[in-house]
Amino acid sequence: MILRGRVWKYGDDVNTDVIFPGKYTYTINDPAEMARHALEDLDPTFASQAQPGDIVVGGKNWGNGSSREQAVISLRAVGVTALIARSIARIYFRNAVNNGLLPIVCPPAVDAIQNGETVEIDVDRHVVRCVAGEIEFPPLSPSAQAIIAAGGLIPMLKTRLAPPSS
Amino acid sequence: MAGKTFAEKALARAAGLPGVVAGQIVDAAPDLAFSHDNTAPIARTFYSLGVTRVKYPERLAFTMDHAVPAPTTAHAQNHVEARRFAAEQGVTNIFDVGRGICHQVLSEEALARPGDTVLGADSHTPHFGWLGAFAAGVGRSEMAAVWATGELWLRVPDSVRVYLTGDWPQGVTSKDFCLRLIGDQGADGGIYLSIEFDGPAVSSLSIDSRPVIPNMMAEFGAKNAYLAPDDSLFDWLAPRRARRVGQPVAAVREEMAARALYPDSDATYLAEYHYDVSQLEPMIALPHRVDKVKPLSEVRGVRVQQAFLGTCTNGRLEDLAAAADVVRGRSVAAGTRFVVIPASSEVYMAALRAGHIETLLAAGAAIGTPGCGPCMGNHMGVPAPNEVTISSANRNFQGRMGTRDAEVYLANPAVVAATAIAGYIVDPREVMG
Repeated sequence: MILRGRVWKYGDDVNTDVIFPGKYTYTINDPAEMARHALEDLDPTFASQAQPGDIVVGGKNWGNGSSREQAVISLRAVGVTALIARSIARIYFRNAVNNGLLPIVCPPAVDAIQNGETVEIDVDRHVVRCVAGEIEFPPLSPSAQAIIAAGGLIPMLKTRLAPPSS
Repeated sequence: MAGKTFAEKALARAAGLPGVVAGQIVDAAPDLAFSHDNTAPIARTFYSLGVTRVKYPERLAFTMDHAVPAPTTAHAQNHVEARRFAAEQGVTNIFDVGRGICHQVLSEEALARPGDTVLGADSHTPHFGWLGAFAAGVGRSEMAAVWATGELWLRVPDSVRVYLTGDWPQGVTSKDFCLRLIGDQGADGGIYLSIEFDGPAVSSLSIDSRPVIPNMMAEFGAKNAYLAPDDSLFDWLAPRRARRVGQPVAAVREEMAARALYPDSDATYLAEYHYDVSQLEPMIALPHRVDKVKPLSEVRGVRVQQAFLGTCTNGRLEDLAAAADVVRGRSVAAGTRFVVIPASSEVYMAALRAGHIETLLAAGAAIGTPGCGPCMGNHMGVPAPNEVTISSANRNFQGRMGTRDAEVYLANPAVVAATAIAGYIVDPREVMG
């Protein structure tokens, strides 16, 4: 599978509160409405200008802070397919896998990719192609790959827990 | 063969395996899986799985704490759904509006024990490491999966050992140590790690100041943080557990001590840090980063419009007592508000009986219902744009308290109280003369 999209590049330690503010966490349940607040306190232009297929690039410790899954779901609802970062906070990483946002931890790719350029991610070959060249990234663990392949944790569990058809 | 870390021992137990090593992925069955106001959306996800019954309702706990009493109709509706789900599924461990914050309440209720594995749909779940439990935060979908299956995949984390020696100086708390550690190592210094604390300066900490350490390790990126259980913990926890299970305290205490897990002396650690706490001073985290830390003396004089004392980090009896000592016979500065929110109803009651609530009220504090209050910007003390808050909480991200144009400084409870009196950030000794 190839993911292709425009890059929105940000810095280090982008936390969950600036990705999706806490004040919305118990009142907004619709992913489309979450999308309108994505990155609200980091980049107010993002939610209105990002396009389906776009890719977010961050520095170290992306998504530190809250366990709120909306910090992933809001990006997915905008149409973001992948997150490339130097490092990703652990709950954010799990939430990304569980909601089908491909998390790629790859400092060389972060160094190479420029804000606004269009990049391609060859998911099966673990390669990012950008203006500066091709960069390999480490594959996810088999258990994380299985969840992403199933379209996320909930779709995977629906299949696993479904009663056997007679 | 190398010895085992605490995390390796705890996750081997939770996975029902004879032994596991860092890096291994296991299916762990938590002894306690909890959620809070997010119970309602988790319940919707749970039912979307096509499952009708929670696998182990007795292992679940719900607390209404993040926005209580409900500030809006939408929040109230959210609570209604959580209560309905608990009733439908036979979840009896539901702690409703007014009881307090999940981490504090579930500790008081003795729902987690040394050696247990705890999963919580909350990032500060490592808090339960103060009980000698393995405790990690998870997302909402993962909590729905735990409800349905009773287990979740976890990677066994690498571990770091932090060894604390020395006598705690007057006015220096476990909060100051945490800010210093995170300031030294950076907010990602513990990412994916289990942080295991031990040493004489851990054992000498009071019960109330212990949870601060694993709680704050969430801000360090840690998966889990652990304090070695000791006699003072067993003395505190065993009578509570005994009440819960209806058995004699002595028997419960014995079983609890036997179940506790300790790392082997030859366990493999990625790094070991040693701090002599006698060399520490009160520390402040500046906006908008928990690792932007300076000694109190270098931050003195910053004007503050709101001081907030509370949260799972520093809203316990000892914290309220420290604040009461500072404000006794004094008044909150004109132009400054002092919001105090006990972490639980038990803390509130104890503070009331000890006279701390009266002392705080007399000084001009506003006392709120036990819960998270304004910590994540929901209600009960959110700042206006361009205002400055000093808070005893754990997190000061931009926008955290409701507006991106406000600033939040983090400090220990006595510094928060002294700042409320002075109207600017100040050393409590200066206020108390």
